[in-house]
Amino acid sequence: MFKKTILLKDTSFSPEDKTRDVFTRCLDYLREKQLEQDIQVVRVADSGVYGQGLVMKVLPDATLYVNLKDEDVTRVIDAAAQNKTIEGLALKKAPKQIRIVLRNCGKIDPESLEEYIATGGYVGLKKALLELTPDKVIEEMKKAGLRGRGGAGYPTWMKWKFARQVVADQKFVICNADEGDPGAYMDRSVLEGDPHSVIEGLIIAAYAVGASKGYFYIRAEYPLAVERIQKAIDQANAAGLLGKNILGSAFSLDLEIRLGAGAFVCGEETALIASIEGRRGTPRPRPPYPSVKGLWDKPTVINNVETLSNVSFILLKGSEQFASIGTEKSKGTKVFAVTGKVKNSGLVEVPMGITLREIVYDIGGGTISGKAVKAVQTGGPSGGVIPVDALDTQVDYENLQKLGSIMGSGGMIVMDEEDCMVDIAKFYLGFCVDESCGKCAPCRIGGYQMLEVLKRVANGQAKLEDMTVLRRISQAMQKASLCGLGQTAANPVLSTMKYFESEYKQHIENKKCPAGKCSALSNYAIIQEKCKRCSLCQKNCPVEAIPGSREDGFTIVQEKCIKCGRCLEVCKFKAVSKT
Amino acid sequence: MEQKISIEIKNLVDKWKSKEGNLIMILHEIQNHHGYVPRELSLELSQMLDVPLARIYEVITFYNFFKLTPPGKHKIAVCMGTACYLKGGQDLINEVKNILHIEPGQTTKDGQYYLDMVRCLGCCGLAPVMMIDEKVYGKVKKSEIMDILSKHGSTD
Repeated sequence: MFKKTILLKDTSFSPEDKTRDVFTRCLDYLREKQLEQDIQVVRVADSGVYGQGLVMKVLPDATLYVNLKDEDVTRVIDAAAQNKTIEGLALKKAPKQIRIVLRNCGKIDPESLEEYIATGGYVGLKKALLELTPDKVIEEMKKAGLRGRGGAGYPTWMKWKFARQVVADQKFVICNADEGDPGAYMDRSVLEGDPHSVIEGLIIAAYAVGASKGYFYIRAEYPLAVERIQKAIDQANAAGLLGKNILGSAFSLDLEIRLGAGAFVCGEETALIASIEGRRGTPRPRPPYPSVKGLWDKPTVINNVETLSNVSFILLKGSEQFASIGTEKSKGTKVFAVTGKVKNSGLVEVPMGITLREIVYDIGGGTISGKAVKAVQTGGPSGGVIPVDALDTQVDYENLQKLGSIMGSGGMIVMDEEDCMVDIAKFYLGFCVDESCGKCAPCRIGGYQMLEVLKRVANGQAKLEDMTVLRRISQAMQKASLCGLGQTAANPVLSTMKYFESEYKQHIENKKCPAGKCSALSNYAIIQEKCKRCSLCQKNCPVEAIPGSREDGFTIVQEKCIKCGRCLEVCKFKAVSKT
Repeated sequence: MEQKISIEIKNLVDKWKSKEGNLIMILHEIQNHHGYVPRELSLELSQMLDVPLARIYEVITFYNFFKLTPPGKHKIAVCMGTACYLKGGQDLINEVKNILHIEPGQTTKDGQYYLDMVRCLGCCGLAPVMMIDEKVYGKVKKSEIMDILSKHGSTD
């Protein structure tokens, strides 16, 4: 093994990627200094840092260097060889992060079984199979307090126990890797970066519930993840970690991949099952729960990617270590994809109980523009918007629910003052309307009707009573929808109305969008003092709403204007105002 | 031609026959090979698997991933995930629409470009993102789209 690994990536946005050049120079330098046996330099596709120039990350210490100049490269190698850190050049580490799920991502070659085993991989499985009974494994999960990371936070041990208790000739385990939440890519990173940890977790789950067949349900849009999981399954089969009599025990398991085909509703357990069975992915009423009657009516346990990666960690390091992290009711860590208007966007893994403020400011570095954060959205289309004054809330399942949002699968979108809450609600609801499977009326009709009302609000054609309409439809959807998609689809609307009611009212009563996002409510005008009469706006206006000449100047005729914003874009003198 | 279809479908069916719930996986293989699911193949498949054509079409039309018409030579995917939406994904779509005169889900008349609006390309850090064929463009500005498109073929 190498003493140090240096990850290398040119993260600047210029079309010329310097990664390859620097990489060659690093190799030359290592050869020259005879460090080839101690240090390896790896070119990575994604360093988790963006727009920060040349980035080098030294492992295992995780020292991060950004915006490196050419001459710095050899200094970083020297420092790594001497086990030192270049003060002043190294970014301060973010000590708030703890890596459990992402423990191996970026550190090991995901296509190498040997490297995974060298980190303690499959030791937990061995312990489970040879030393523990299935009931003991479930007991370990209970002691660890692991809850499902797919969104709802159902205790993993309970799911397993229910399935274990049912007597059946065959049981199934499924890994739900159909990550469809817009703005979230945690599962993809784990599947691509550490596939064996998920497979190990799934084998342990199968052993605990007594399943002999398992499926990976992966999005077809993630071809690399599919390829890596398939390769890892083949490797595990060849090494006796899958198949008949795993590791010499009496336990056998077959794993197979099934591809999703782009349906968000298939994240719902019963819909996912229908899809694996080769049918339309529509949910069915529960109970019976999948633990009792699931795939082909057999008891089935479905766990999310992140949950399973946690499972293999717990078996390896013990439930005490896992339970020592987090809050009383939510143990361990959570991976978030922090994106939106935040400065350092990327994946973070934080202990439960950290505050949103720490994630957004200490790790995320605040907003790009430096403007104030307006709100944070968690849980994707099923979640809600959390206003800035609630940023000191500690992140766990219960707290987020109290705020009207959910933990969800881990999308976290930071919004600043330029984001309109009506527009956000419309965006998320539009997503749910698109993705509604159409089976039950509350979701199919309710969602569409709410979207129509929201469109009216955004266009300035709504009445105040429409807010009551929105609330009433929301309630009906929450109570009467068949599955989680419909039950939670109203969350973004309800939470924005709760925390930003005045913004809705401004749209309705004053016909104004305070954020300037809703184009129907904005007015474009030419600032005559700044206008140089170049006529560019007139030429670009698609509806001839800017009459005038180079001699007499130009004005925008509001009745004709379609608010497309082209005049504002093309004006070189900032002489077009938007109010 | 017909014979070729039969052989192709037969091979697929043989490969998946023993597995339950195989329809979606077979459709994936057909689409991977052809870029869409041609009607003739669905007909053939319906006979070989002994399932009604309606059941095959109900599955194809339910899932966003499956296409019933041939895609253009170049596939343009503009991301409309939350991060991209906030950073102007809609503007990118409008610009592509303006340049190519097609709506999302359509192919240009010359068969060169197919425009798709996708939910998330999984690189939110680079928002707004668009992808042409296998190449991902990050932090795209509206003004750069013409250049980007012209790198991949004619824009007439």
